[in-house]
Amino acid sequence: MSEIDPISLKPAIEKYIPLGRSGLLPALHAAQKIYGWLSESVASEVAKNLNVPLADVHGVIEFYSLFYNKPVGKKIIRVCTDQACALKGGDGLLEHLCHHYDVKPRQTTEDLSLTIEPSPCLGLCELAPAVWTMDNERSTIGDGAQEEDRPSSSVYGPIRELTKNCGDGTTSLKKYGEYTALQKALRMKPEDVVAEIKASGLVGRGGAAFPTGIKWEGAAKAVADQKYIICNADESEPGTFKDRILLLDDPHSAIEGMCIAAYAIGANKGYIYIRGEYPYIVPVLETALNEARVAGYLGELFDIEIRVGAGAYICGEETALFESIEGKRGFPRVKPPFPTTNGLFDKPTVINNVETLCNVPLIISKGSLEYRKIGTEKSPGSKLFCVSGDVTQPGLYEAPFGVTLRELLDMAGGVSNFLRPERSRRTRLQSVLFGGAAGAFATPEHLDVKMTFEDLRAVGLPLGSGVVMVFDETRDMRDVLKRLGKFFAHESCGKCYPCQMGTQRQMEILNRVAKSETLPEDFIRLQDVGWTMTDASLCGLGQTAASAVLSAMKIWPELFMESNGLPLEKKDERGKKATGTKVKAKPKKTSKASRDAEAKPKPAVKNIAKNKTNARRK
Amino acid sequence: MITLTIDGKELTIEDGKTLLDAARENGIDIPTICFHEATTANALCRICVVEVEGQRALQPACIVKAATSMKVQTRSEKVIRARRTILEMLASTLDLSESLEIQNMMHDYGASSSRFPDAERRESDVKDDNPMYVRDYSKCLLCWRCVQVCADDAQYTFAINFTGRGFETQIGTFFDKAIPETSCVLCGQCVGVCPTGALKPKREFLLEQGMSPNEISVLNTGRKRRK
Repeated sequence: MSEIDPISLKPAIEKYIPLGRSGLLPALHAAQKIYGWLSESVASEVAKNLNVPLADVHGVIEFYSLFYNKPVGKKIIRVCTDQACALKGGDGLLEHLCHHYDVKPRQTTEDLSLTIEPSPCLGLCELAPAVWTMDNERSTIGDGAQEEDRPSSSVYGPIRELTKNCGDGTTSLKKYGEYTALQKALRMKPEDVVAEIKASGLVGRGGAAFPTGIKWEGAAKAVADQKYIICNADESEPGTFKDRILLLDDPHSAIEGMCIAAYAIGANKGYIYIRGEYPYIVPVLETALNEARVAGYLGELFDIEIRVGAGAYICGEETALFESIEGKRGFPRVKPPFPTTNGLFDKPTVINNVETLCNVPLIISKGSLEYRKIGTEKSPGSKLFCVSGDVTQPGLYEAPFGVTLRELLDMAGGVSNFLRPERSRRTRLQSVLFGGAAGAFATPEHLDVKMTFEDLRAVGLPLGSGVVMVFDETRDMRDVLKRLGKFFAHESCGKCYPCQMGTQRQMEILNRVAKSETLPEDFIRLQDVGWTMTDASLCGLGQTAASAVLSAMKIWPELFMESNGLPLEKKDERGKKATGTKVKAKPKKTSKASRDAEAKPKPAVKNIAKNKTNARRK
Repeated sequence: MITLTIDGKELTIEDGKTLLDAARENGIDIPTICFHEATTANALCRICVVEVEGQRALQPACIVKAATSMKVQTRSEKVIRARRTILEMLASTLDLSESLEIQNMMHDYGASSSRFPDAERRESDVKDDNPMYVRDYSKCLLCWRCVQVCADDAQYTFAINFTGRGFETQIGTFFDKAIPETSCVLCGQCVGVCPTGALKPKREFLLEQGMSPNEISVLNTGRKRRK
């Protein structure tokens, strides 16, 4: 199929030609849909039509992992082997599928019918283990056995403000109702809308927690002929799936939020940038946008275009996302200048996360005073928590800010390990990864910390994108760390030196840690790499690529020491006894709270013993 | 004019200058790798980072503008750790044998070239596919200068760009084509800005291979003599 048939290519990319370079990603997606992959002749045809240099087109194809410049199978099965899925047997599933189809991971069958790939987080963590299959144009989600066109939504929690329309998997404008918040906003002055958002205390829900009102104010004040509002739906932080559910079940909420933002800052064009791993959301969004157009909410004054990413975590970084819409490799830009003055196409731009935008109609409808009645003084509103891993009921939980980790875990049915026999699934908590791969580990001593920006900051934990990934006492944290290392090495864009080489060196050391083959001084080496990335990287990815690892080094220093895997009893830095065994890491016993948490559920001890016996029998 | 403090010294400098300008004009040494006067500064090597009071992350001196009452440290503990580690990672990744400047920096910062044992290196075969220059990407430290001068910083030829991502990033042509099959016009600007000898004039390369000037002259490479 290396010969191209321009008759089918031309009509497929025609509508992107007027966009020029900015049409590159959509055109490549369209071309790949026809040919399955992007050959030299297809790539040069796209380049010619869009008037983009050949080398640049090649550079873009090379950057995004969902673009292929070598033949791949007509059917591509991607098995998530990231953290949350690994806990539910993702590796085994990959192995099983490869065995079943008689191919190796990343290999394509000779007849080009099938490729099987391990994948970074697919954003289906509560449904783990997750498999995403593309068969010709049809995309399905499943666990290898059952396939669905779209994933189901599991939504829980004591409060249903942001998720009031989520959970049953259907959406329509009729169900959503009129854009009453937008109508109310249109009766206000734009500056009053900005003031209302500022007064609400809303901060960004994508991870950085920047005050939304201040962002809007910056863009509103900027003078330009064109301004943009972007909905960042490139949700790729491992463990995060909230935006997927919000957009699938309640797209109008985010669209209404964008309309209000557009009015407030004076934008006439909006983009929803959605990650390439969520193709099933695109038709839902298209329908919703059309409904909004018919109803007159979108149109000449303000309209929204969907852009689909192509497999690059970095494109969730706001400036990398701009580059991607502009048809370039997703390299983050240096800041300043900031997006509010020099954003997409160098114009003033507001870019907000999906969840942030879904808060906007709520705030405008109720007024900021009423909105602030939920949550705490410094963290008003409710928050979506993506609970995954070793809990009885993984899912999306909406709770007011201030809920404790213990309460959240209780809501999710408590810590449990699905690998155990049904009667004895309850296990003890070892740790929680907070905020995703770019987050930090919490231990049982954090169970009663209130989940607010201020309380978490005080104990050195990031709320991030709301990831609460639970690891029970049986989990080997070294395996968790190895996957973190692999994730960042895979996702670093390669622009700045600390991250480009640091993520690679970090991965190498963590691989040694996982195999218990640490070299002398690996601890200090890993720390130097981590701090160098944190202090000196160009963007947020590099600055947080070591965050979870550095937190693990504080909690379980013994894991990183030489000969960590020997069944030994040795002293850690503080002279307290710490045990490091092959299969698990115990949190350091440092406070009464953690001792209590450790000691509480007695029967679990028996279970471990039983489990070990079973393991030996095998 | 702007007054700021660098390493405890109060300095006055013109508006619009960077911290790097301010330091250099006042005899304070800040090392640079990717920075070049002829190319747009991308602040990507991060070797010029300095500590600015009130900023959580270190700031790249090559692009951050000096501002009144800024307090800057060019040799704080954090800065030195970052520079040393970046240098050590470079040494573990590529062939620095022809990068004397970087070797000197390593000496200055006490960076060890064997800090990262068992580290994967970026190896590459020498690409000798045109009469003007050879490309040895095992020496490439991805400063981006060649891509920039080939594009809108100078030549507008767009013959080269990046391939891969992350640690596997490299400079390459469209589907790895040989230089004569690309839009390259053999202007040589990329060779001129390469800091590590990854791009090298063909003749220099041949001389290093032990060929004599006479032998090279009969190879018929390069520009033909006028009749």
